[in-house]
Amino acid sequence: MGAGPVIALADLVFRWAAREQPCIDIARLEIGAGERVFLHGPSGSGKSTLLGLLGGVLAPERGSIRFLDAELTRLGARQRDRFRADHIGFIFQQFNLIPYLSVLENVLLPCRFSARRGELAATRGGTWRDEAARLLQHLDLEPGLQQRPAMHLSVGQQQRVAAARALIGQPEFVIADEPTSALDAERQQGFLALLLRESGDAGAALLYVSHDRRLAGAFDRELAMPALNRASELRQAA
Amino acid sequence: MHWLALAAKSAWNRRLTLGLTLAAVALSVALLLGIERVRRDARESFANSVSGTDLVVGARTSPVQLMLYAVFRIGEATNNIRWDAFRAVAGDPAVAWAIPLSLGDSHRGFPVLGTTSAYFEHFRYGDRRALEFCAGAPFRGVFDAVLGAEVAHRLGYHLGDRIILSHGIGGIGLPEHADKPFTVVGILAPTGTPVDRTVHVSLEAITAIHLDWQGGAPVPGFSIPPEYVRKFDLSPKEITAALIGLKSRAAVFRMQRRIDDYAGEPLLAVLPGVALDQLWEVVGTVERALLAVSAMVVVVGLAGLVAVILAGLNERRRELAILRSVGARPGGIFLLLTIDGLIVTVLGCVLGVLLLAALTAAARPFAQSHYGLAIHLQLLSLAELRLLAAVVLVGLLASLVPGYRAYRLSLADGLTPRL
Repeated sequence: MGAGPVIALADLVFRWAAREQPCIDIARLEIGAGERVFLHGPSGSGKSTLLGLLGGVLAPERGSIRFLDAELTRLGARQRDRFRADHIGFIFQQFNLIPYLSVLENVLLPCRFSARRGELAATRGGTWRDEAARLLQHLDLEPGLQQRPAMHLSVGQQQRVAAARALIGQPEFVIADEPTSALDAERQQGFLALLLRESGDAGAALLYVSHDRRLAGAFDRELAMPALNRASELRQAA
Repeated sequence: MHWLALAAKSAWNRRLTLGLTLAAVALSVALLLGIERVRRDARESFANSVSGTDLVVGARTSPVQLMLYAVFRIGEATNNIRWDAFRAVAGDPAVAWAIPLSLGDSHRGFPVLGTTSAYFEHFRYGDRRALEFCAGAPFRGVFDAVLGAEVAHRLGYHLGDRIILSHGIGGIGLPEHADKPFTVVGILAPTGTPVDRTVHVSLEAITAIHLDWQGGAPVPGFSIPPEYVRKFDLSPKEITAALIGLKSRAAVFRMQRRIDDYAGEPLLAVLPGVALDQLWEVVGTVERALLAVSAMVVVVGLAGLVAVILAGLNERRRELAILRSVGARPGGIFLLLTIDGLIVTVLGCVLGVLLLAALTAAARPFAQSHYGLAIHLQLLSLAELRLLAAVVLVGLLASLVPGYRAYRLSLADGLTPRL
């Protein structure tokens, strides 16, 4: 891994259709290994698009997305999918889980799609199941819930399962997109503390996207989307 | 990969809606196979009705019509042939045996056949099987009758029962030969052929019951009691048709030509196999139409399946985005949704086959006893397997539609579905 950044963006431009204004125009962004970054911005400031670019489901018009040793923009769609599976864990706002799979099966999904994360999970926990159980226990989920269908869980429980899924197999980078916005204030703090502890434990860099700046204090660094994305300034000026 | 397990779990989660479409597909498959099976069994039933007969001889008409009334007792002859003509044909050195057939009367809807003892000796059906008696023996006296298995079963007749024949075929209110009752002396074992539905009497009996009749009605004020009929000449004047067996099959075309060229009156000789082929050509159109309709029903079922999967797709966009986020390729999403439809199609085929098997097993005794239709409890025939393969193939093609739609959606949505 080395001491270099986990991810480095340079001169990144993306637009949805050729004639439209750019939606993303980022001069520079670097996130170091294990770094915890808080990113906030109003809706429409390009957060979702940025996540799509980082996750490799969108390809930029120009610029560079350097991820560890790989230049994402030079990879094909297939390789980017593989890269995402191997190195990034995602947590979304809500409805994070496949409803018809059990809690355990949901957590194990990345191991099934990525041989690398499967191996790492097995190395760390002994077996996939043990590692999933360990993560779920660390995230304060009762062992009895593991075999339950995901749809029977409360929202708070679902988010903790999603966190376990994002962290299994030690991805270098975890992206959390408004993971606490569906929780009440008390549970927000609790979830955030768990997530920070576990991502730190796993050595993963964390990009935490939220519109709620009250949470920013717990992070190493705070970024504002409008400041980062020149396109959103342009749009606001227009 | 694990797409199959994933699709199966997803399908189980939507088991109510998918279950209904599954039922529709299963029913349509059962219908399709059922029609194919009835078609085949009917053909087999027809083909089994006569075997070992080299030529069927009758008055000049169409070969199919001759077969229909002479062998299958369907319809009526427009013309008879004279007894002399039959004698001439039967006397030909190439002929091994000849069975005269005289039709036209009935008993409570079942056809009455006037014939000779040659019938019980030489008639063959199915795989060259001879007729067997399950009770009694062939007729000896003028007013003796031998019943087919179904006639006896349906009407509850036993040996020694007295029955009255009606003049003419089909319908109710036919004039009856009430003054000359017949005694049941024999009951044949079931054959699964029109024999089961036939009342057999001697040719002399046919003459006897019509002695005091003229133009299809009893002559008023003139009646001959049964005890006196023997005083009359009971040798037949006319018969309806005849079944001919030859000493050598090689002579069949020569004999056919000889009968067709018979100088006494216009006769027609047909090879049963050839006439059956002609019959299938006629019936084939209807069969194909039936198959086409049931195929359309299957298509409707599959269209419903695709509609249900497509309708549910919007609610699953979040699910697809989650799968993408853990590394699923758009191609995997395509596969997931295609397998979804394919699972239902294949399950529908399996259920349809089981349903048909259950229905067949349940209907078997009924069909055998009421229609003399021998339904086979067998594994899938080659033709049925071909139909099933076609259903699965169409199901697969149809399932590509939601697969492709999901593929496009997941490309457009990426990790954040725009709902």
